[in-house]
Parts: sequence; C-alpha cells; structure tokens
Amino acid sequence: MLELEHSVNAPVASEPLQERRASGLRRRIRPGETFIQILLFLCACVSIATTFSIVIVLSREALSFFTEAGVSVGQFLTGTTWRPGAGHFGVLPLVNATILTSLIAMLVALPLGLGAALYLSEYASARIRGVLKPTLELLAGIPTVVYGYFALTFVTPLLRRVLGAETVQIYNMLSAGIVVGILITPLVATLSEDALSAVPDGLRNASFGLGATRWETAIKVVFPAASSGVIAACMVAMARAMGETMVVALAAGASPNLSLNPFEPAETMTGHIARISGGDLSYGTIDYQSLFAIGLLLFGMTLLLNILSRWVVRHVREVYD
Amino acid sequence: MNGEPACVIETRNLQINYGSFCAVKGVNLSIEPRTITALIGPSGCGKSTVLRSLNRMNDLVPGARVDGEVLFYGANLYAPEVDAVQVRRRIGMVFQKPNPFPKSIYENVAYGLRINGWRGTKASLDARVEAALRGAALWDEVKDKLQQSGLALSGGQQQRLCIARALAVEPEVILMDEPCSALDPIATLKIEQLMSELRQHYTIVIVTHNMQQAGRVADYTAFFLMDHDRAGQLIEYGPTSQIFSHPRDARTEAYISGRFG
Amino acid sequence: MDSNLSQLPAASVLPEGAAMMRIIRMRRLVGGIWRRITLSCTLAGVVILLLLGFSIVNDAFGAVAVQSKVELAQLTGGRALEALSRTELLALLEANVRTRVLRALDRERPLAMRDAADLRTIVATEIIQPEIVGVYPLSDWLFRREAITTELKAQHPRAELRFRSWLSAQFLGTAMSSQALEAGIRTAILGSCWMLLLTMLIAFPLGIGAALYLEEYTSVCPFDDRSRLGRWLNHLLSRAATLIQVNIYNLAGVPSIIYGMLGLAIFVRALESLTSGRMFGMASAATANGRTILAASLTMALLVLPVVIISTQEALRAVPSSLRQASFGLGATRWQTIWRVVLPSALPGILTGAILAVSRAIGETAPLIVVGASTFILTDPSGPFSRFTVLPIQIYNWTSRPQEEFRAIAAAAIIVLLLLLLITNASAIILRNHMRVKRSSS
Repeated sequence: MLELEHSVNAPVASEPLQERRASGLRRRIRPGETFIQILLFLCACVSIATTFSIVIVLSREALSFFTEAGVSVGQFLTGTTWRPGAGHFGVLPLVNATILTSLIAMLVALPLGLGAALYLSEYASARIRGVLKPTLELLAGIPTVVYGYFALTFVTPLLRRVLGAETVQIYNMLSAGIVVGILITPLVATLSEDALSAVPDGLRNASFGLGATRWETAIKVVFPAASSGVIAACMVAMARAMGETMVVALAAGASPNLSLNPFEPAETMTGHIARISGGDLSYGTIDYQSLFAIGLLLFGMTLLLNILSRWVVRHVREVYD
Repeated sequence: MNGEPACVIETRNLQINYGSFCAVKGVNLSIEPRTITALIGPSGCGKSTVLRSLNRMNDLVPGARVDGEVLFYGANLYAPEVDAVQVRRRIGMVFQKPNPFPKSIYENVAYGLRINGWRGTKASLDARVEAALRGAALWDEVKDKLQQSGLALSGGQQQRLCIARALAVEPEVILMDEPCSALDPIATLKIEQLMSELRQHYTIVIVTHNMQQAGRVADYTAFFLMDHDRAGQLIEYGPTSQIFSHPRDARTEAYISGRFG
Repeated sequence: MDSNLSQLPAASVLPEGAAMMRIIRMRRLVGGIWRRITLSCTLAGVVILLLLGFSIVNDAFGAVAVQSKVELAQLTGGRALEALSRTELLALLEANVRTRVLRALDRERPLAMRDAADLRTIVATEIIQPEIVGVYPLSDWLFRREAITTELKAQHPRAELRFRSWLSAQFLGTAMSSQALEAGIRTAILGSCWMLLLTMLIAFPLGIGAALYLEEYTSVCPFDDRSRLGRWLNHLLSRAATLIQVNIYNLAGVPSIIYGMLGLAIFVRALESLTSGRMFGMASAATANGRTILAASLTMALLVLPVVIISTQEALRAVPSSLRQASFGLGATRWQTIWRVVLPSALPGILTGAILAVSRAIGETAPLIVVGASTFILTDPSGPFSRFTVLPIQIYNWTSRPQEEFRAIAAAAIIVLLLLLLITNASAIILRNHMRVKRSSS
C-alpha cells in the first residue's frame, strides 16, 4: 500500500523519477509477514508432532513391556491366553475378538451401506435424497456411548428373545458387532455414495442409450467405475470398526476369550484398554505397559487399513478427463 | 429400398417442457430411412432436446415432459405401453463427449449385447464384436489390444468405440449428439467418413454445431431457432442442398450466411 | 419393418419380438426388486433411528415401585413431612433412629443447628428408607399397568407404584449420588461444558492456522530461489506441506482410544505439573495427579484437530480465487489478503465446520476413560485444573450397572447429551445463516 502512495506522489519528489521508480520495485523483507508465515507453519506442524508423539509414546512403553517384563514379541503376538495376573500376555484372544466383531459389523454395514449408497445416488429424487441423507448423517452424529447403551439394553435382549437366552449370553460379540455395524453404516453409505456420484453422467447416459435399465446401469457400469472408491470406503469403515471402543466395552463383555462363537462374551483390544485404564492404574507397571503394546498393535492395524484405502483410491481408479 | 415405409421417424407437433420452461415446440419432422439428417441451429435452440426425445432419453431428466407424438414406423414412442428400454435398444445414441465405460474395449462393445440377453456362443460374440468394430472402422487399430481399457484410446478412437458399441446391438436408427465437437479435425474427418458408410445400412440423425459438417454429410437438414420466449422451433426442413443454396426462410438464410448464431 | 435388421455379417442371436418383450419384462422386474431392496436399506437407517429413540424414551420415562421401611402415614399420623416443625422432626429422629447413628450424625454437624430441610432429608433416609423394588419402562406403564400392578402386589404388598420421569429438574440440578432416585448430572453437564469450551479455545486457533498455511502458503517460496540452498529449502517446505496433508488424513482415521493413551502418557503423566496447575501454583490436593479438565481438553483438541483442519480447508477453498487475485492486484501482501478478504468471506463456513467438528468432543467417551475422568464427582468443576466428569462417562458408568434404575437414569442422561449436541450443532448452523444474511444485506 505504501509503495503505491509513493509512486502516486512521485512527480513532486525531489529525486529523479527514474531512480525512484526502480528502487520502489526492489524486493523487501516484511518481518510481520514472515512471522505470521512461521506461526502458521508451526500450527500445521502440530499434526506431525501428534503423529510422532503417538508413535513414540506407544513404542516406548511397548518396548519396555517387551524388555522389562520379559514378554517376547513372539509370545505376545502368538500367545492364546491373556491373563495378566498369571503372567500370560498372549494378545490373540483380544485380536480375535476385535476382528470377529468388526467382521460381524461389516456383514451388517456392507449390504446396508452399499444399498443405501446405490439408492441415494442412482434412484432417489432430489427431494427424497434431501430427507434421507440427513437422516443417515444424523445416525453418524450420535455418540458411540449411546450405541453402547442401545446394544446392551435393546439389541442384546432382542437377540436373547429371538435366539434363546441359553444360546446368547448377556454379554456377547454378536450384539456388539451388529451395533458397531449400524454405527459404521453411515460411513460406508456416504463414502460409497461420494464415489458413485463422482462417476460422470456420460457413462450412465451411454448405458441408458444402449437400452439398459437403471439397475443394470447401476450395477454394471456405475458400480464397477466407482469400485476403487467403494473398496476404500469399506477399508476405512473396517478400520473404524476395529477402533470402536464404547459399544464393545459395554456389550461384548470383560473377559479375554479366544472363541469364534459370536454368542459368547469376549473382550476386544479397545475394550480391554478401556477397562484396565478405567481402573486404578499405576504408571510403569506391567499392566500399564501392556496396554501400550496393545495400543501400538491396534494403531498399526488401523493405520495400515487407512493407508491401503488411499493407495487403492490413487492407483486403482480409472481416470476420466 | 422396396417395401420400406416412407419414413422411419416422424414427429407430430412435438413439444418438450422442462418444468414450466418450454424448450421446444411445434416440431414436425419426418426422417427417411438410410439417410443422414442434420439438426442445426444456434445453441439453446432445442435441437439436442429434440434428438434426445427420439429415443426417450428425456425420460431421465427430472421434470421433462413430452407432448405431441414421435412415431417410429408409425407407432407412437410415447404411448403408455411402449417400453423406453426397448426403444433405446432399437434407436441407439452416440454422445457429444466420448464416454467409453471403464472396461476393456471388448467389454465395451459386448456390453449392450450382454444386457439385452445375448444367447450365442463365445465365438459368435467375438464375431459380433469384431463386426461392430469393423463397422465403426476401428478394428484394424484395436484388434491386438481388445483387452485394454477403452479409456486408453485417443479421443477419436474413443468416439468410434462408442459408435461400435451402439452398432453392436443392431439398432435401426443412430442418434448422434454433436459427435465431433470434442475431437480434432483429423478425427472429425474419420467420423464423417464413417457416417457416410453407415448410411448404407442405418438411419442417422445428427445434431451439429458446425454448419460445414451438416453440408458435408447430411442428406436432409433441419434448422432450429428459438423464438422470443426462448422456446425452440423448427424453422425449415428440407434436402441439405436446398437449405444451403435456396433457403425459403429469411432467418435460415441469415444463419447459413453467418449473420447470427 | 424388419428389413433393417441383420445388416451386420454375424447372424443375430439377440432375442426379438415376443421373446425380447419377455426378457425386458424380466429385466424390469429384477430392476424393480433391487430398487426396493436398496430403498429398504436406506429406510433401515430411519427405522434404527426410531428404535434408538424409542428405547431411550421408553427407559427414561416410566414407572417406579418404591417401598419404604416405615410408612410415612404411620410415622406422622397422616401429615406430610413438610408440614412438620423442626422440633417435631427432631422428636421423630429421637424416637426412631438408633442412638449410635444419631450420635454420628450429631458429630458431623450438631442436629440442633441443622435446618428443617436437612432434618427432613435425614428422616427420609434414616427412618422411611425408600427402596426401589421395581422399575418399569414407559411401554409397561402405558399398556401393561394392570399386569405390573398385580405382580407387584404379590411380591411387595406395601410398595407404591407411580409414574416417574427420570429426566427432571432435580436430575439436572443435583450432583452425583449412589442412589438412583437422588442422582443428578449437574457436575457432568458442567464438566462437559468446561471441556467443550477449552477444547474450542485450543483447537480453533491451531486448526484454522494450520488450514491457512496449507491452503494459502504452500505456493509461497520464502527462500531465495537463485541460490542452491534456497531452492533446496523451498523444495523441502513444499514436501513438508504434502507430508502434513497426508498425515492429517491419517490422523483422522486413528481410533479415539489411541488419543486417550497419548493424553495419558503426555498430558497426564509427562506434563503433570502443567495440567494439574502446579506450575501456576493453582493445584489442589485432589487434582495433583494431572487428571484434570485441562488434560482432557488438550487430548480432545488433538482428537478433533484433523477434522477442524479439513473442514476449514474446505471453507477456504470455497472462496473464489478471483477475490484473492483482486486483492493481490491492488498491491496487498499475502497476510493482508487473507485477513481482509479470504477470512471474512470464509468465516461462516469455517466457524460452522469447526463447531461441528468440536461438537464431536461432547460425545467422545473412550479417550476420557483412558485419560482418567472420574465417575463420582460431588463438587462442581471450578476451572481447568479441577477433577471432572462428563456426560458420556456418566452414561457409560450407569449403563454398565446391572440395576434397572441406573439404566433409566442413563437413558435420561442420554437425552441430555443429545440435547446438548443438538444445541451446539444448531448454534453452528444459526450462526452461519445469521452471518450470511448480514453479509448479503450489507
């Protein structure tokens, strides 16, 4: 701004005009601008610092778990009993429960979410979309602890009534899995719908022009064209299901149990972390360190899924101009 | 030509509305078999709308309403018992922008056959795909890479692939909506040559922005213009030579000689 | 009419005529069935939402059967407790409470000095001793009242069945209690509000700053391009920006409980002197372990930061670049352009997105369990260095208890939590609309 005023006033200045004009264009250092840029850069670096802290904190405690507590990585990863009191630190029961509940969740969320995505992107009129889509988003905005309550007080009694109270135990993986599935359905639906809607209308028109019905177009043209986005959506949803805590903490039970029977209770990785850290936990104990070893494993698993999902989007996608 | 009806498609007092907006009204056209008919006119005059109404693609536009009749061999396409899917199977369409499916070249061509209940052997399907690709003058360029993605082709090749895809289901009429507007001059030339060949077997209706193109390829030309309500109207329709050399309407002459549009 | 067919060399194997009509009918049918299936998938969401709402309301309102050890009418001769004077109340206590208990109460605070309300409470808890013998959801109260009444009469003949809204002014206004009938969530509501406020204060500046850098500064090369070092540094900066962006997307996918562990190790344990307030000499004996509102808010701020950044970036991208060009064209510096042009026009979007992102913190439970929220807090939080509890923690705690009455107050607390979320989100949207109207009218 100052520069501008100078040049406007230039004719009345005593220096030769030519010189003034030239010097007015010289690059200047503006300390204020530089300061702000550095400040904003530091803000942006907080996220990097967060990631580093997570990795360092988890690894450091996990490392002392493996070195001080005398539990080898192999024992930890392949052991089939988790009983800290007796010195058994085999993480498989927890991993098994995590994966089992997540798979049940995917069994619920995939058909529901993909069906909803197909309906919203291929069939629904603008008005119906305007009603149904916010409803799905509402479902996504409900706190997870409320879903935990729903699992324990509604879904579990329902399952016990339908399948028999002697088959289905009060705490069970099935109920937790179903409700986690409900919880991630909006995620699957919105991410897949984004992918489906990104398919250019030209493809749909071409298919209609050849005499395809709406469903044939949706399933044979639009869906394959959006497949990378849909696969990525499923991976993100799976990662979310594995990291979900409150539903499994409330509904899946509190005993590590290596079982493939979904009617039995079994504690997941997240459920275990929540239960143990919710009690009186003293720093530096083996219990405390074991939590971080579980946390590191969980972090690795979800990170892998998330990275893989973005890799799929980037490398499998067809490029439309 | 013996025994063929005088015209394949005939529109009677066709009027198309989008919601309360009247896009085009009062269109009476009769299209003869094995000819190329060009629809020309300035942008927004409703020529694409008319083209899309000929195989009921307007059904897919929310709020679009078609009044009047479109007769296909004398039967009204908009009669309640007529199935839009069947209409589109017999009246194919090629779009402005090349839009191959993200599938292999082979699957692109086979797509229409598969959805329409193809019952032949793999060998006959192969033969049919080859015939369609030959029909679109693309076979020699792609015969060694049928399993490659259709999106890997150049723009002109993609457009010919789309034509092959339309030919594969043996339509009787092919509608082309500005098929060359996204292509370079050499690719355009190839498509125009192709159209002249296809004319021996098919009835073609083409919308074009390019008057020279209409002059080069079309047997008949229909000139559209919008009136003061911005509703499109058919101003003049006749053999291309007559439209270009002795237009009856002053507005046609003004447009042809480049005074507006 | 068929003369146009079969021009292609290969013989036609496509069905024609009646066969084709049959196939088309089949295809249409299949399409119609799938259309209904996908529609029902979408409607399943609505149904689940309704079921969720039903089960919450069903539990939060309903009937409760209370049986007292001593009937009030017997005790006072038919008069209401409120109608008794202090001396009468004292006489009641003398007559009915064991001397040892009475002496203990007297030591706590001399009975003679207590007011009437206090005495009434003692009479209620020590003599009358109401006990919940049955909790019935709303549906039972409405449709099966006869059945539950007879059932109750058989089991607890003296019990009194009455309607109870677990969500009440008393529930909102009182502190925790180990008795479901007296429990309230005032401390939890205050804790949630404190945490939300602090989280906003921390996450907004950081998130908006980071988004501004990523959107507005990544194209700037601050170092001298003519020297090799300068080029290298510029290159390094642009790589860093890409890395930060990728990293933000990854952080958004990290399970929330992992943030809790981060908070536990860093804010609660390593930075204890900061989060307990010892650094500022503000620590109280009870909070010296660092499990304070501040530690929780810092954890939550990191949790919501990626979402705040991403939504702010979207709002910034919505500002047309022609506005920036216009400002640069007038000789404005980058920060002047951001401060006077970009930020004002992006502000409604930024605020709405950021508030919606932070509102996620209201409902988060898992990280707070790990960071160490208390479940039983009797005093209101007084500042960032207080021990605290929040609504979701209370819901978790109450839901995990086996007694029915705690499920009921959990449901009531859920209604409060959802209302709080609704208020936050609605305020974000109202704020946006308000700012839009103001801008368009000026």
